[in-house]
Amino acid sequence: MIPRLLAPEIGMAALALVFFLQGLGFESLKRLGGLSVWLAAAVTVLAAASLDARGSLFWDCYAVDSLSQFFKLAIAFGFAVVTAIGPRPVDVEEGKRPDYFMLLAISSLGLMLLASAKELTTMYLALELASLSLYAVAPLRAESRPAAEAAVKYILYGAMVTALSLYGLSLIMASQHTTYLPQLAAKPWSVAQSPLAVLGLALYLCGFLFKLALFPFHFWCPDVYQGVGNETAAFVSTLPKLGAVAVLVRLVGELGMNSQTGSALAVLAALSMTAGNLSALAQKDLKRLLGFSSVSHAGYAVMGLVAAGPEGLASAAFYGVCYLLMNLAAFFVVCRIGADGSNPTLASLDGLYKRSPGLAFVLLAAAFSLVGLPPTAGFVGKFFLLGSLWGKGHDWLVVVAVLNTAIAIYYYLNMVRHAYTVEPGEATPLALKSLRGILGGGLAVALLLVGLLPGFLFGLAQAAAGFAIR
Amino acid sequence: MTAHSGFPFLTSLMVLPVAAILVLLILRRDSAVRSVTLAVGVLEVLLSIPLYSFAPSLPGFQFVELKPWVPQWGMNYYLGLDGLSLFMVLLSTLLLPLCVLCSWTYIKARVKEFHICLLVMTAACVGVFSALDLVLFYVFWEAMLVPMFLLIAVWGGPERRYASLKFFLYTLAGSTLLLVAIIAFRAMGGSFAIPELLGRDFPVAFQRWTFLAMALAFAIKVPMFPFHTWLPAAHVQAPSAGSVILAAVLLKMGTYGFMRFCLGLTPEASHFFAPLMIALSVASILYGGLTALGQTDLKRMVAYSSVGHMGFVTLGIFMFNMQGLSGALLQMLNHGITTGALFMMLGAAYERSHSREMADHLGMGKYLPAFMGMWGLFALSSLAFPGTNSFVGELLVLTGAFSANLWAAFLSVPGAMLAAAYMLRATRSMAWGSPTTAKGWADLNVREWTALTPLAVLVLYIGFAPGLALKAVEPSLERLLVGVNKHAGTATLTTGPVAVSSSATLSGKPGTVTAKTGSQVNETPTTRLAEVAR
Repeated sequence: MIPRLLAPEIGMAALALVFFLQGLGFESLKRLGGLSVWLAAAVTVLAAASLDARGSLFWDCYAVDSLSQFFKLAIAFGFAVVTAIGPRPVDVEEGKRPDYFMLLAISSLGLMLLASAKELTTMYLALELASLSLYAVAPLRAESRPAAEAAVKYILYGAMVTALSLYGLSLIMASQHTTYLPQLAAKPWSVAQSPLAVLGLALYLCGFLFKLALFPFHFWCPDVYQGVGNETAAFVSTLPKLGAVAVLVRLVGELGMNSQTGSALAVLAALSMTAGNLSALAQKDLKRLLGFSSVSHAGYAVMGLVAAGPEGLASAAFYGVCYLLMNLAAFFVVCRIGADGSNPTLASLDGLYKRSPGLAFVLLAAAFSLVGLPPTAGFVGKFFLLGSLWGKGHDWLVVVAVLNTAIAIYYYLNMVRHAYTVEPGEATPLALKSLRGILGGGLAVALLLVGLLPGFLFGLAQAAAGFAIR
Repeated sequence: MTAHSGFPFLTSLMVLPVAAILVLLILRRDSAVRSVTLAVGVLEVLLSIPLYSFAPSLPGFQFVELKPWVPQWGMNYYLGLDGLSLFMVLLSTLLLPLCVLCSWTYIKARVKEFHICLLVMTAACVGVFSALDLVLFYVFWEAMLVPMFLLIAVWGGPERRYASLKFFLYTLAGSTLLLVAIIAFRAMGGSFAIPELLGRDFPVAFQRWTFLAMALAFAIKVPMFPFHTWLPAAHVQAPSAGSVILAAVLLKMGTYGFMRFCLGLTPEASHFFAPLMIALSVASILYGGLTALGQTDLKRMVAYSSVGHMGFVTLGIFMFNMQGLSGALLQMLNHGITTGALFMMLGAAYERSHSREMADHLGMGKYLPAFMGMWGLFALSSLAFPGTNSFVGELLVLTGAFSANLWAAFLSVPGAMLAAAYMLRATRSMAWGSPTTAKGWADLNVREWTALTPLAVLVLYIGFAPGLALKAVEPSLERLLVGVNKHAGTATLTTGPVAVSSSATLSGKPGTVTAKTGSQVNETPTTRLAEVAR
């Protein structure tokens, strides 16, 4: 029974073990190098197969429900795509590649555990597992000072919010005498009745808002994206955010959203969107631009949490997956253009259409999805978020969100403009190998398909959120 | 629901171009791409022939298709036509083969992608005018931006980057608040279905802000002064086919939005904001005309003339009477035909002269008589010469304005005169100026004749027999008018000199909007005009 319930986690742990053994130098496993993508895909299949697994483990600390399985599938899928985008990242030395993938797999495992955690300490441990492996991955860019700097920033910021989270946890424990979500849900959560617990929860949430890169916990985000390798940035920008959304959906679902917390999060969401978009306007470095864009997207995702309720949480979960798809598509392009390990800039996109029409199309789909233009996943994702929040007392946030879309158009469109209308500086064609072409094309098609027929995925998100709501 | 609910005509009009894209992707030769797209265009026109079986007398929407889309959010794939949308769909399908023809030799680079953009545009145009679900409408509305952006940005003139960016930023920024209004309509009305929402009485305060949110999007698209600044740049830089689609269809989305959504969903707010809209319409007419008069760039002149002509359309809409509304709807069609044709002709002239300047086209009449004859016809139509289509439309709008708002009418009349001034000035120079470079240019070839003739026929046909078009749209407009005027304290509708008593029953169920109109309706000047024309 337990292996079935933990199938995705076991699969991911086994994958990490394979990479570990590969790193130790087992000759027979070295030949597996090219197979890592397929192994990661196999874990995704495993996660899909256990989508309907239900149960409770480890003295109710660990829930296997539709919410956890939904996010585990998304995380496994994301990991597989990141592996496929860069199976041999040039930034990472040959000998360190097994360790690199092992750390990413461990981080993904941590995120999977996070999606299932139903107890605050378990959540904290899962978050740390996911984070610590990423801190180790960040400076792997060979002999790069910016990478080292990014890693230091990542670790320092991370350590600070971890401390805050831990402190918050202690306050919650002190005032509510339990760390189990179902029991916490039965306790009072108003400032008047249990101020210490509310303060504790606010501090505890900082850890997850940091992972989500919500304003004002976002300062690490653009620096880290810019500093780390392109493939690493593809991972850092997507999967940890998905884990954070999973936890926040569960927390809001179990504990509910009171008006004070809702208002505070709404203000943070508005600031996050605006600060992210305005800062992105001035960026030339693509990864930095996408970093600031992800700050604004964190604001959008939080709208679903502010809305709370089945619609709001389902929308947040749905948007998490849309964000995963569109950011992976964008980073697919970044990784291909910066295949030599360099950081691509807007100018690197010049004439992309001529150099690689396929890649330009992926960029077009990703950029328009990030803007939220129909018929892409980004549009329906945003639409559901806006629709779920309307009439919940924060209509102003809906207006702020659409106005921010108007700001965001400029820099996303600029990417497309560079790719399609500017003559290339260097006319060397960017060849896409057939399998890689299928991956990029698949991501672009997925963005369009989710945009045109969102019913199925939203149904899954709805089931996931429904399970989170008591 | 209606007599036409069997075969999905509207869906097939959208599926055909999209399916053609898949065929285009595997083609290698440019000539094959052009031929296949042209064939698809002809097929598209043939496929839209059944739409002529539209029965004006039937209440509600026709050719209705209703399928669940995202059931969790009550979003449906809901399509249908009424008098407001019928001709816009027909115009959209007619333009595809004409655009392919007028780009045949003009577009030499990235031919496949160009035609893919044309096909996407056509599918989206049909979608915009036939969508009966608010979200579906928004999806098509925004989906048109990408191919249009690419048409301007990739195949446009020297300033294409600036023009395409401005076009995209303006139109998308404008329509963001439309999305908020759509969400609010669902929250307040419980549905995204337009026929269902048309029967709701929304609170006045709600109507007012939703009107403004929607009107901004529509005013930018029309474009109304002072939201027009994207238009000249986009028109001038776009390739001929882009300009044609932009003028003929894209601008109409704005006026269609005003009619369908502002008047239909927020009638009281429409009355409240009518003075503002009328003032902007008059300003557009005068500004468009005056600016066009000052242009030496022919394409820019026609672009500014569009601002003026579309001003007449919005003026007619906010007169809240039959003449105004039917004139506005007819003008939408007319402007699409006439300005579309003018842009095609300018594209043909550009292929010969490689210039858009009036001075480089002097004396064309001597060497290109057929070209000048055709230009003369469309120029006369543009300045609303009697016997041409625009005359009927503009006359109706002005008649409506004179009976509803004397000042607005009085101020708009100079607009019509300005149109005569700039159009005749351009035509005189082109026809009778001292020839400079025109010597040696070839006259219209078969391809150009083929592209222009259908539009020329329409100019004259509507000009001499507007009755058929008016007959098809009147019942829908009457129902719209009943809805928009029922809250304005008018139990009886005043449609100009003759009073028409109308009673309407608006039920909340989709497709059941019905209206009973008094027998005196046959006595309205509009229908009398239609009768005479018949």
